Amino acid sequence: MTEPITNDFSIRIATPNGTGSQTSNLIIFRSLFHMGLAPSAKNLFPSNIAGLPTWYQIRVSPEGWQARREDWQILLPLNPQTIAQDLRECAPGTVVIDNGDMKGVDESLFEGLERLSVPFDQIARKEIADAKLRPKLKNLIYVGVVAERIGIPEESLRAAIDSIFGRKPAVAQMNFEAAQLGVSYAREHFTAPSPYRVAPARQTEGKILIEGNDAAAIGCVFGGVSVVAWYPITPASSLAENLITHVDRLREKDEEGRNRFIILQAEDELAAIGMALGAGWAGARSMTSTSGPGISLMSENLGLGYFAELPTVVFDVQRVGPSTGLPTRTQQSDLLLVAFQGHGDTRFPMLLPGNPKEAFEDSCLAFDLAERFQMPFFVLSDLDLGMNLWVSDELEYPEAPFDRGKIATDEVLARLDDWGRYLDADGDGVPYRTIPQKTTDPRTAHLTRGSGHDEYGRYSEDPEVYTRNLDRLARKVDGTVERTPAPIVQPGAGEVGIIAFGTTDYAVTEALAGLESPLPYLRVRAWPFHPEVGAFLRAHEKVVVVEQNQQGQLAQLLQIAFPELAPRIESALYYGGLPLSAEFVRGAIEEHTKVEA
Amino acid sequence: MSDTPTPTTNALGLTKGDYKGGASTMCKGCGHDRISEAIIQAAYDLGLDARNVIKMSGIGCSSKTPAYFIGRAFGLNSTHGRMPSFATGAHVANRSLVPLGVSGDGDTASIGMGQFVHLLRRNARMVYIVENNGVYGLTKGQFSATADRSSPSKRGKYPTEESIDLCGLALELGAGFVARSFSGDKKQLVPILKAALSYDGLAFIDVISPCVTFNNHEASTKSYTWQKEHDVHFHDPTYIPTFEHIDVEYEEGEVRDVQLHDGSHLLLRKLEQDYDPTDPLVASATLQSTRARGEILTGMIHIDTDRTSLVDGQSLTATPLSQLGEAELRPSREALAKVVAGYRLG
Repeated sequence: MTEPITNDFSIRIATPNGTGSQTSNLIIFRSLFHMGLAPSAKNLFPSNIAGLPTWYQIRVSPEGWQARREDWQILLPLNPQTIAQDLRECAPGTVVIDNGDMKGVDESLFEGLERLSVPFDQIARKEIADAKLRPKLKNLIYVGVVAERIGIPEESLRAAIDSIFGRKPAVAQMNFEAAQLGVSYAREHFTAPSPYRVAPARQTEGKILIEGNDAAAIGCVFGGVSVVAWYPITPASSLAENLITHVDRLREKDEEGRNRFIILQAEDELAAIGMALGAGWAGARSMTSTSGPGISLMSENLGLGYFAELPTVVFDVQRVGPSTGLPTRTQQSDLLLVAFQGHGDTRFPMLLPGNPKEAFEDSCLAFDLAERFQMPFFVLSDLDLGMNLWVSDELEYPEAPFDRGKIATDEVLARLDDWGRYLDADGDGVPYRTIPQKTTDPRTAHLTRGSGHDEYGRYSEDPEVYTRNLDRLARKVDGTVERTPAPIVQPGAGEVGIIAFGTTDYAVTEALAGLESPLPYLRVRAWPFHPEVGAFLRAHEKVVVVEQNQQGQLAQLLQIAFPELAPRIESALYYGGLPLSAEFVRGAIEEHTKVEA
Repeated sequence: MSDTPTPTTNALGLTKGDYKGGASTMCKGCGHDRISEAIIQAAYDLGLDARNVIKMSGIGCSSKTPAYFIGRAFGLNSTHGRMPSFATGAHVANRSLVPLGVSGDGDTASIGMGQFVHLLRRNARMVYIVENNGVYGLTKGQFSATADRSSPSKRGKYPTEESIDLCGLALELGAGFVARSFSGDKKQLVPILKAALSYDGLAFIDVISPCVTFNNHEASTKSYTWQKEHDVHFHDPTYIPTFEHIDVEYEEGEVRDVQLHDGSHLLLRKLEQDYDPTDPLVASATLQSTRARGEILTGMIHIDTDRTSLVDGQSLTATPLSQLGEAELRPSREALAKVVAGYRLG
C-alpha cells in the first residue's frame, strides 16, 4: 500500500446554485483551518439565485498556498446538470464521491476513477425526520463523508460548525448530527485507506480567515468614513454590506445613541458618486464601492471630482467585462478605465491591494490620500480578493493619525499673503481646500465648478489660466507617489524579471517558489508608479508582466510611464475569469525564458 | 462712503448688498435674474447666515445663476441633472447646511429625472427651485420636457411629446412642500422662498421663468404674457419669521396659518375660493382641473409639515459629520483587536 498524500490536494464540489451547499463547503474549509492548515477556497459561482451550476474548490498544501489549483484529487459531482462534464475533466485516479444514483450518466465515465457512492437521499430520508430541514441538512452528510475519508477530527468539525451556528446551539447540534451520518456511513462502507489525508499543521499562527471585501470594509471604518453612498452590484455589494455592519458596531454613538455615520443606498451609481463627492466637498470622509459597470456610469461625475478637486474614496471590485460580461468571475481589466476615465485629460491614482491585509490598509489610507490630494482616490480590488475567503495576516492597527490634508483654516489664511481655492501656494500643486463653515473668512466662499476656473475659483476661459491649472493638476497627481505604498521587490537571479499587481501575486509567488532559482519579482502597489518600478525595468533585459486581462493593461501603463523601456516589456495574460493559478504562471515563465534556438 | 446714508440692515446687521452675487451673464430681461433677485430679497429679509446655506446647481442657464446671488455662501455647480445627489451628500455631511438648489427644466425633467424623483422620495432637506422656461437656452432653444404640446417654437414647430408637470409629479411622489410661482411675481415668490428655507425637508418650487430669447413669443405658454393671462391662485402668501409677531388681523376663516419647523409661519390669505393646501388630494385635483382649463395654478400647492426628513429618519447625530475628527471616527486599538479575534476561526 502506498503512503497517502498528506496536506497536498484539492477537493472540487459541484452543486446547483442556491441549494445550501455553501454552508457545507464552508464547514469543510473551516475544519481544515481549525486543524492549523491554511486552506484556499475558490467559489466559482454563476450569476443566478438558484439552479445554475456552481463549483467550490478547497485546496490544502504544505506551504498554505492560496492560489487556485487547476486540478483536483477529490470530486463531489452533486449536480446532475454537470456530472458528465465534471467526470470527464477528472484525471485518472481521482476519488469521486457521488450519490450513487447515476441515471442517464454513462457509467464508463467512472473508468479509472476511485468511485465512492453514498446514497445521500436515502440516508437523509431515513435519518432526518424533519422534512422541512432535510434538504439543507442533507448537505451535511457529504461533509461527514469527506471529513471521515481525509481525516478531519471530530473536534475540528465541531469547531467549524459552532463557528457558523455558534449563536444557535440547537441548530449547530442538528448540523453536527447530520454530518455524523456521513461519518458513520463512510466508516462502515469504505474501509480501504484514503489516498488523500490531512494532518494537523501549524500554518495558521497569526493568521485570520477573511474575505477581501470584509477587510476593506473594516479599513473604511478605521479610515474614518462617515458618509457611505452605494448601489448594489456584484462583486462589490458585500463591501458596503459588511461596512454597514461594522460601522454600526464599531463607531461610537453620540451621547443620545445616534449614529456618527450615514449610509445612503443610492438609486444608481451616478447618484452614489454624486453623494460621495458632495459629502467630500462639504468636509466629511466619504466613499462609494462598485464594479466596472458602475465605474463606467460614474465617469462624468468623477471628472468633476478631478477638475473641481473633491475628495472621496472609490472602490472598484473588478469583475469580467466588457458590458455585463461575467458578473461573478474575476479579472483585472479596469486598470485603464480607472486610470484615465472621464472625458478630457484626467488621471486617477489607484491603490492596488494584493491580499486582505492590504485591502484593509489601503482602504484606511485612501481616506487620507483623497483629502491630501483633494480628488477621488481609487482602491482597485477584484472579485477573487473581494469575495473569496483568504488565510490572511492579521490586520494591524493604523499607527499614523488621520491626515486631513491642506485646509483653508483661519490660521492658514492669516499666514498666506494671497489666498485662492486653486492657488498653488506651496508649489506642490496641492492648493488649500475649503470646507463650508470652517472659517469665518468670507474669502473662502466660492462657487465650486467643473467649468474652467482660475486660481481664485472664478469662471475663466483664458487659455493660459486653463493650461496652468491643468498642469498643476498633473503635478499634483505625480506627487501622489510620495505617499502611496512603494512596490514590493523580491530579489532573484537572472536577466528576466516579473511584474504583477493585485491578486496575481498569489499565483506568481507560488510559481516562483517552485523554480530552482527564482526570478526577480516586483509587485506594483499603486499607480502612478514609484521610481523603483522604472529602476526594476532598467535593471532587467526582459520583464514579463503577468496580469488578468486581455490587453495587457498594466504593461500598457508601464509603456506609457517608461517609453524608453517599452521594448523590454512582455505580457503573460490570463483572462478566462477564474482565479489565476500558479500552473499558468509557471507555463508563462517557461515560455518567456526559453532560449530561442 | 461717508457721504452716503447708512443703508438699512437686517437682523444680522447686513445690507441687502451683502446678499448679492457676481454680475449676471443671463440675457437682458431673463426671468432667471428676477428669481435671483427674489432669492436675495428672501435671504436678506430672513437674516440668513450665508455660512449655513450652500448653493447647488446642475448644468444649463439656470444652473449658472448661483454665481449671481448670496456671494458669501459656498456653492457647487455640479454636472447635468445630478444636483440632487451632490446636494444630498453635502447636506448629510453637514446637516446644518441647507442646500438652496437651482435647476432648470432640462436639468430636472429630462436628464435629471431619475435623481429628482429619488430626491423627492428621500426627502432630504433642500430648497429645490426649477427655473422653468420650456426650452434649452444654453444650447439655443430646443424644446424641453416641460414644453406644452400646444406651445409652438418661435419658428412655429410644436413639441411631439407630452409635457411633464413637475408639481404633479412631486405630489404623486409624496413631496411635503410643493409650490409654483412666476419669476414676474415677486410678491408671491419671496414669501414662498422664505417658507421653503424654513421647511425641514424637500421644498420644491416650480418657477415659470420666461426665456426672453427663445420662448417668449405670443403663442408660447411659457411667456410673460401667457403666464399673466392664465395664472390662477387661491391665496396670497405672507411669511412671518420667528422674530416677528403675527400682528395682522384677519377675519375668521380668511387665513390659513401653517407653522413651519423653525417656528415661523406661512399665512395664506384666502381669495375667491377656499383651498386647503395641507390635503394632497385637493392639491392633485386642483392641479389637474386648472390644467384642464388651460390655467396655470401658482402659490402654495401643497404643504405637509409632518414628514420625517432624511437625516432624522436615519438617526443621525446632531453634530455635522464634517466636524467629527479622529477621536470620534476611528475606533480604538482594542476594538480592532476584538474584531480580528472574531476572524481567527471565523
